[in-house]
Amino acid sequence: MDLTFSEEQDELRKVVRSFLTRHATEADVRRLAADPSGYDPAVWQRMATEIGLQGLAVPEKYGGSGFGYVDLGVVFEETGRALLCAPYFASVALAAEILLRCDDETARGDLLPGIASGETVATLALTEENGRWDESGITLNAHDGAGGWRLTGVKTYVLDGHLADLLLVAARTPSGVSLFAVEAQAPGLVRTPLPTLDQTRKQARVEFTNTAARLLGPEGAAWPGLERTLATASVLLAAEQVGGAATALDAAVEHARIREQYGRPIGSFQGIKHKCADMLVEIESARSAAYGGLWALDTGDEAEIAISAALAQAFCSEAFTRVAGDNIQVHGGIGFTWEHPAHLYLKRAKSSEVLLGTPSYHRELLATRLGI
Amino acid sequence: MELDFGPAVRDFRDELRDWLAEHLVGEFAEHRGVGGPTDGAAWEVRLAWDRELAAGNWLGVGWPREYGGRGLGLLEEIVFEYEYARANAPYRATGNALDLLGPMLLAMGSEAQKKRFLPPILSVEELWGQGFSEPGAGSDLASVRTRAERADGGMRAERDDGGTSFGGTSRPTGVESGGEWVVSGQKVWTSFGIHADWLYVLTRTDPDSRRHKGLTMLLVPADQPGVEIRPIRNLAGQDEFAEVFLSDARTDADMVVGEIGQGWRTAMATLGIERGTTLLPQQLTFEREAESLIGLARERGALDDPMLRRRIVDAWISVRIMRTTNLRTIAELTAGRTPGPQATTAKLYASTRHQQLGHLAMELAGPAGQIVGEDYGLDTRQRSFLLSLAETIYGGSSEIQRNIIGEQVLGLPKEPRP
Repeated sequence: MDLTFSEEQDELRKVVRSFLTRHATEADVRRLAADPSGYDPAVWQRMATEIGLQGLAVPEKYGGSGFGYVDLGVVFEETGRALLCAPYFASVALAAEILLRCDDETARGDLLPGIASGETVATLALTEENGRWDESGITLNAHDGAGGWRLTGVKTYVLDGHLADLLLVAARTPSGVSLFAVEAQAPGLVRTPLPTLDQTRKQARVEFTNTAARLLGPEGAAWPGLERTLATASVLLAAEQVGGAATALDAAVEHARIREQYGRPIGSFQGIKHKCADMLVEIESARSAAYGGLWALDTGDEAEIAISAALAQAFCSEAFTRVAGDNIQVHGGIGFTWEHPAHLYLKRAKSSEVLLGTPSYHRELLATRLGI
Repeated sequence: MELDFGPAVRDFRDELRDWLAEHLVGEFAEHRGVGGPTDGAAWEVRLAWDRELAAGNWLGVGWPREYGGRGLGLLEEIVFEYEYARANAPYRATGNALDLLGPMLLAMGSEAQKKRFLPPILSVEELWGQGFSEPGAGSDLASVRTRAERADGGMRAERDDGGTSFGGTSRPTGVESGGEWVVSGQKVWTSFGIHADWLYVLTRTDPDSRRHKGLTMLLVPADQPGVEIRPIRNLAGQDEFAEVFLSDARTDADMVVGEIGQGWRTAMATLGIERGTTLLPQQLTFEREAESLIGLARERGALDDPMLRRRIVDAWISVRIMRTTNLRTIAELTAGRTPGPQATTAKLYASTRHQQLGHLAMELAGPAGQIVGEDYGLDTRQRSFLLSLAETIYGGSSEIQRNIIGEQVLGLPKEPRP
């Protein structure tokens, strides 16, 4: 039983935090949020070469460092704290994960090393216009044509879909949901960035017209791997949400300590103090939800993972949104301005809340998985 | 969930499981799940059960052997609490002395006090009541007014600066043998006070002192003419706590715990005693209640109601989060680390969420949940719902918890105090 962090994990946290303090400042976040590409390739390279963040939890035989999910969770908590603008979630939490979960050793050997080294930016294209994250939401057509598999149809809300070098696409064949790899340069692929409410997290619409694709794993058997990937990603997103909420609370507390009204710091008034205390209760509870999920990923059985993941998303999504909103409230009018960073966290919280399905959706997943 | 801390602890766990299976039978088994920190139900059976535990040498697992304990470590204590709760054994009648007074004496008591008082706690021969709160000092314990004076005026002669006045910053030295304290005042909310043989009482020994200065912790025998204990009926109809009237009650001079004038420190040490182990059984009880709630909802067809369904899932989420939070604290304690903020936020979260669970259970029970037995006899669900209203009050109200979190964990400025 080990629901605490090791010294190595504490050290990893320090290293990542220190790196992000230098390379993901508020100025960087604002610059990249305004930039259509949404990330800084130089920083992306340094993340890979200096600390090996992209390959942290990728097994060594595929070019990674073979760390566990608790370690990866530490990193996501820190990228969440910093509101890192980079295709890290798409590449690591989604794309690398689905490759690990699909039954295709050759594909893993071909594709994972590039992701682990940061040379390949990858993403998972799953959602369609229906905005659903379940199996029946996948309708994009794949057909076995001349010269191999072809995809025709539309994926949308694809995280970093406009800049990814590699798209892993969930599509439907006569045998069921299958997974495909599509290169960014493939003919018949049109990618359109979507203007997003949360500018720190980019999304794209991706149109396939008879686009050549490589089938990964057995045809029609991709859903279990996709479902497991979504569970893993839910837990990692929860860790990211905890980090974001923690920064929002830090900001609120700092402001409440310094800002004076009626001749005393506003943090000395119970109205503000108790709000901040409630924010911490929310965050520590969210931490338990997220850490429980990470722990399950490293040690638990599949049923436990499925339950912990749904719980983590249902709870942490709402916790981050609530804390980010309360941070604006504690800041008063200044917190409502474009210049103040509070809104960046609120928007990240809101986009995270629906990124892998809404809290209501995850509650229902949880209920189903518990047999309620 | 299994708590596994390796082979040695596993042996301990198995021994405990076997013992519980063998002894938690008959009347004891019928009272499974009965009781709680504020629940006076089935007192006599629970007391007998405590004596059964004492006979098996299961009380004070972590206390030194010389005082009647088992001399084992934190891991065994945690496993004991967990397995105990897992077996759903009745809540221990002697919880107050085991969880608060005992650890306080171990930390701050004199050797003579430890030898005198700890063994009878573990053998359930003497029961204790806490005398901290007063009608004018609930959450604000620094307002304590119960006075204690040396009958022989001996305390005035003990000052290390040789002075005789009480003001200033010089500290009184330790306690002399001989002489007595005379205690007068009123205490209230003394849990299970009507059963107490002894009281540990926070008193003001310096009449000119203010706030947390000039307080002293005294051990006072309850069986004497100067002590009158009257039961107070709680909202569940139980005589679980009491008010205590002290009128020139007497206790020996050497019954001071810690130093004279340093009673605040002693009291705070008591209240700050690690609750990680006691939250664990509480949370297991909550888990049982959540399961029962889901069962009830299924019976009533409430799972098809989307509004209720959502609240039911949220109740389940709450108890799971309590569990993980407790496990985080235990993991940190057993790793020799200082527990993080979750150790402080856990109480507020648990007490709030448990009340929501209670409200939901009562709603699901519907009109049938409104009918009680003879003599206001409550079922588990009704009792738990009503008693959960105390959880956001005792051990520091939720409002006080928010102040503690705000000031001590987040470092926000203190409220201006007069």
